[in-house]
Amino acid sequence: MSRFTDLFMGMLGAAPKKPEKVAEKVQKIMFLKYEDKDRYIKEKLHARDHHIVSHKWRNRRWAVLIATNLLFVFSFWLDIQILEGALTASRFVGFHLIDLNSALQVMLAHKHIIVNLFIGTFTVFLLWVLLGGRSFCSWVCPYHLLAEWTEALHLKLVEKKIVTDHEFHRGTRTVFWLLFALLAVVTGYTVFETLSPTGILSRALIYGPGLGLAWVALLLLFEIFYSRRAWCRYVCPIGLTYGAVGAISPLQISYHVEHCFHEGDCRKVCLVPHVLDVTVKGRAAEETMGLGPDCTRCGLCVDICPTGALRYEVKGLSKLL
Amino acid sequence: MSAPKPAMSLEKAQKARRKFLRSLGLTGGVIGLSLLGYIPVTQAKTPRLRPPGALNESDFLSSCIKCGQCVQVCPVQAIKLGEINDGFGIGAPYIDSREQACDFSCDAVQCILACPTGALTYEKPEFLNVRDGARMAAAPILIAKQKDPEPTLNLKERTGVARLARPEACLAVQGKGFKGLARGAAFKGKMRYMDVDRWKPIPLRDHPYDIPLCDLCVRECPIAKAIELRPVKGPDGVERMTPTVLEPCVGCGVCEMICPVEPAAIVVDAQAVWKGGAA
Repeated sequence: MSRFTDLFMGMLGAAPKKPEKVAEKVQKIMFLKYEDKDRYIKEKLHARDHHIVSHKWRNRRWAVLIATNLLFVFSFWLDIQILEGALTASRFVGFHLIDLNSALQVMLAHKHIIVNLFIGTFTVFLLWVLLGGRSFCSWVCPYHLLAEWTEALHLKLVEKKIVTDHEFHRGTRTVFWLLFALLAVVTGYTVFETLSPTGILSRALIYGPGLGLAWVALLLLFEIFYSRRAWCRYVCPIGLTYGAVGAISPLQISYHVEHCFHEGDCRKVCLVPHVLDVTVKGRAAEETMGLGPDCTRCGLCVDICPTGALRYEVKGLSKLL
Repeated sequence: MSAPKPAMSLEKAQKARRKFLRSLGLTGGVIGLSLLGYIPVTQAKTPRLRPPGALNESDFLSSCIKCGQCVQVCPVQAIKLGEINDGFGIGAPYIDSREQACDFSCDAVQCILACPTGALTYEKPEFLNVRDGARMAAAPILIAKQKDPEPTLNLKERTGVARLARPEACLAVQGKGFKGLARGAAFKGKMRYMDVDRWKPIPLRDHPYDIPLCDLCVRECPIAKAIELRPVKGPDGVERMTPTVLEPCVGCGVCEMICPVEPAAIVVDAQAVWKGGAA
């Protein structure tokens, strides 16, 4: 199977595979890397010493996420009318924008598509094909930000051995996606919308808080005390919809095996650590590898990597420049 | 050929089994919770009054994308959004007419214009059925636009029908007049008064009345010939002036908002259809 298919299956829940064939160049890199163990350790420590810990990408991302959501809020509150509506559907200076998963739910439930719905959906589709589908999750979704903050709390509690993380099968999200699609068709209601913390939070920010926030709070508590980032990792069909859309996106995080010491700091901070399986020693087949569709392009790995082995990249652009 | 996989250790197998069961539990739990959304939509005692142009309730809930763009364009902020206790109606717009009715001060039914999915629509697609009595006999005439070249509202179906629910409380029926603020000084609801400003609705509390026989519901009804005071014989055989709802009623709820008695003598039955003949 091609790398593309493997990554896509990985997003649906398949376990990452070891490469069948490793490129000669990579074999050479790995050989040189481990040829002299003392040198390798020295280089590693040197890199660590010189690593300036920064939260550059995280800060930029938080700024974008907050700014986007505030633009929604102020468009209504201050009546500046730039981005009207909520995350499920809106108008940006008059142009329809429609969330892909919400559109899908409505289309399946109502079984009728009007022109505005199609236009808005198509615009957003193109946007996220370009920007990398799941970038929506980490750069826009308000639940992602809250969950990121409570995740820090969860990790502290784990460290103190007060709680343990209970993992679910990653394929559960695929099952949810199918079930919610099926439920929309069968019941004729947009069933997922009832529980979607993304929609609930977006509306609460814009139109004022409501009882739905209690559900969001319960989810966060579940993530703090029971399972790390459970909603985003194992449930949310929005993530999978955007993941599929971004599968061919030129914007991605790329991994450069030459600079990697295979220590796995990146996997510890990642929302979807299976996409970083390539960073395990012996798993990289090519010199440069994209992380695939499930990666939310959040940049936490880029920030934490002491050697710059993980970078933002626009496919084709680096060759052009 | 790769070497045959070593048999999974017992511990590992147990761990995988637990993870599988846990995932199954999560799936059942979340899907189960989401289906609780059925309860409010099937058990609702009184249906919600939807904004103008709303499709039939089940079609409306399936096609509404829960974005609130209709909320944002309403000049009198009549539209509210359902909460999680509305189940599948979460995020779907409704109007509480006693608090703030739709008085069509926007003229063009802006909420319909704003709707990106056609849940609110001027023109229903053909495959969606129209309930008997929901379709207006003629395009409703907006009194505010009566002198315009196009005096009608682009509205094909009514959202409900007004009904004199408590005739015994109605001031007109009692032969009483009304003096003062229709809903008191604390009431926040707004309405457009053509003699004040066509494009700027003002709070009801800024518009006192002094009328010999209360006819607020008739006087402030935005639709032409939708309601009138008629002498009607009561059960005791005495004729009294009674607000009588007529076929052009679109169910906007202004009469319910303006009614000065508490609770309102006249109410809008949400999603009700016209049952009498054409008046």
